[in-house]
Amino acid sequence: MDKFTTLTGIAAPMPLVNIDTDMIIPKQFLKTIKRSGLGKNLFDEMRYNADGSEIESFVLNQPAYRDAQILVAGDNFGCGSSREHAPWALLDFGIRCVISTSFADIFFNNCFKNGILPIVLPQDAVDVLMGDARKGANARMTVDLEVQTVTSSDGQSFGFEVDAFRKHCLLNGLDDIGLTLEKAAAIDAFESSAAQARPWV
Amino acid sequence: MSPKTLYDKIWDAHVVDTQDDGTCLLYIDRHLVHEVTSPQAFEGLRMTGRKVRAPEKTIAVPDHNVPTTLDREKGIENEESRIQVEALDKNARDFGINYYPVSDIRQGIVHIVGPEQGWTLPGMTVVCGDSHTATHGAFGALAHGIGTSEVEHVLATQTLIQKKSKNMKVEITGKLRPGVTAKDITLSVIGATGTAGGTGYVIEYCGEAIRDLSMEGRMTVCNMAIEGGARAGLIAPDEKTFEYVKGRPHAPKGAQWEAALTWWKTLKTDEGAHFDKVVTLKGEDIAPVVTWGTSPEDVLPITGAVPSPEDFKGGKVEAAARSIEYMGLTPGQKLTDIKIDTVFIGSCTNGRIEDLRAAAEILKGKKIAAGIRAMVVPGSGLVRAQAEEEGLAQIFIDAGFEWRLAGCSMCLAMNPDQLSPGERCAATSNRNFEGRQGRGGRTHLMSPAMAAAAAVTGHLTDVRDFMLTHA
Repeated sequence: MDKFTTLTGIAAPMPLVNIDTDMIIPKQFLKTIKRSGLGKNLFDEMRYNADGSEIESFVLNQPAYRDAQILVAGDNFGCGSSREHAPWALLDFGIRCVISTSFADIFFNNCFKNGILPIVLPQDAVDVLMGDARKGANARMTVDLEVQTVTSSDGQSFGFEVDAFRKHCLLNGLDDIGLTLEKAAAIDAFESSAAQARPWV
Repeated sequence: MSPKTLYDKIWDAHVVDTQDDGTCLLYIDRHLVHEVTSPQAFEGLRMTGRKVRAPEKTIAVPDHNVPTTLDREKGIENEESRIQVEALDKNARDFGINYYPVSDIRQGIVHIVGPEQGWTLPGMTVVCGDSHTATHGAFGALAHGIGTSEVEHVLATQTLIQKKSKNMKVEITGKLRPGVTAKDITLSVIGATGTAGGTGYVIEYCGEAIRDLSMEGRMTVCNMAIEGGARAGLIAPDEKTFEYVKGRPHAPKGAQWEAALTWWKTLKTDEGAHFDKVVTLKGEDIAPVVTWGTSPEDVLPITGAVPSPEDFKGGKVEAAARSIEYMGLTPGQKLTDIKIDTVFIGSCTNGRIEDLRAAAEILKGKKIAAGIRAMVVPGSGLVRAQAEEEGLAQIFIDAGFEWRLAGCSMCLAMNPDQLSPGERCAATSNRNFEGRQGRGGRTHLMSPAMAAAAAVTGHLTDVRDFMLTHA
């Protein structure tokens, strides 16, 4: 997993609420057995016509936002299916950070496993950043994970919360499984005592 | 000792390790696996030379991609789907995990197979790379969906890194009225709380109307906890639960059964335990409902009318306008005037025997309306066999339904069972998202009885009126 430390980039506005993971990556692209290559199909049905041509009005098709690295989105981003193909597609497109008032639980977890930082901010802060994102390619936002701030192109800064453990993993690009396997002795001990207490499991 | 909720008790019994910031390592008792969200996880194990830590606690079954037509032994036509199912065959074999291949009569939707085979038991932690894992909460098991990285983590370590959620209580008091089902309860709760109402919580469903439900009905309620944003839904186990579990292939037997039963009987929320959020609905106030839009929170009683975007506030105004346009509806239009093209009965929400019984009860001696395409996709091969034995299959076939083999099918349309652009479906599944059942497809969620009534009349129908006029 790539580290996430600071990011300065173009933010695309997606004010629609309840953007679900079926929208982020429709099911026909879940048939892959790989993690890579999903960026071209990110938001596929919102982004392309049935004949494959681009829908001009869709934000990521507009020249100013083609290289966006940040999304500023409406409430409850990432709801629905648990498909990790959603963060894989975002990452493959180049998105490393999503800002919203709220995220669905499984999507939120999946982001951290892939070096994407989901940031929860209050409505008024998201409103300011949404306005900033609407300014286009010249308005670059900066996200600093170490100090936990998002700064708009005109210098307004907002602090955000992140779990200490998740922050540590993102800053250092750490693999969860490796960390957990260091606790193998504790897992062994748990299994032994559980086998006594609940032998039917 | 301070009083605990059911969630607190199951959580506490599974904590392996706690870090300073409250992040825990939680032991996983059952890991269910399907073909769509697991190939990259097994690939990760191979790349790092890791093994599956507890293959005996890992259960795999292909369901999302499998054809449900009667000729499926011919194989899967779509190459990518075929490769994905073949990859699961190989991974199950190579890593020595429990497996129900397509050719096995026990194959079916993973959330139907788990309980049916007795893998899901009260007090367990159950995960699967699938958001509808919440279904298993009906047994008083802590069950939730995970992503593929977490699938790999559980395969390798039999644990999950988790922070505890908050406790939410959803109480349904009193009795349901005739024609009202578990599906109407769960949709009505989402309608009341919104799709983010449960975010950050584990829900415990309780109250007389929940206690009165069968295990099948309880699974329907918990299945859609995720649609309300909750990590999991739970129902305390009781005599109905124990009766359902007893004698299943992987349920404990003999002395172990007695020991298990003793513990299971302690799995209930203590008097005075704290809930961070409480929602109460009166059972008698719940009507048969349908969804009109493209979010599961877009729920209305069937007696209602399509809303107008101005009826909403904030970001929902734009979302509602988009939904109404996508769904091809007009504000003010009566829901019962909405004509349908297709009926889909099945899915992990409503693909169990009781669901098929409820639909068959409506369809007995009737025909579907002219021009309607209707299919029943049983949740497992065993549900299908039982429905045939009970004579339900013949009722569906006589009515004009296609009688299919088990799988996820048109709930998410990864196999050939899909809607065409603009095609409108009365569905017993769980998501009405844009394009969910096929690009441009329009989905109205409802109970099996409501879907069956719609098949006969050709439009969304109040099952209560239907029962009066078609008796």
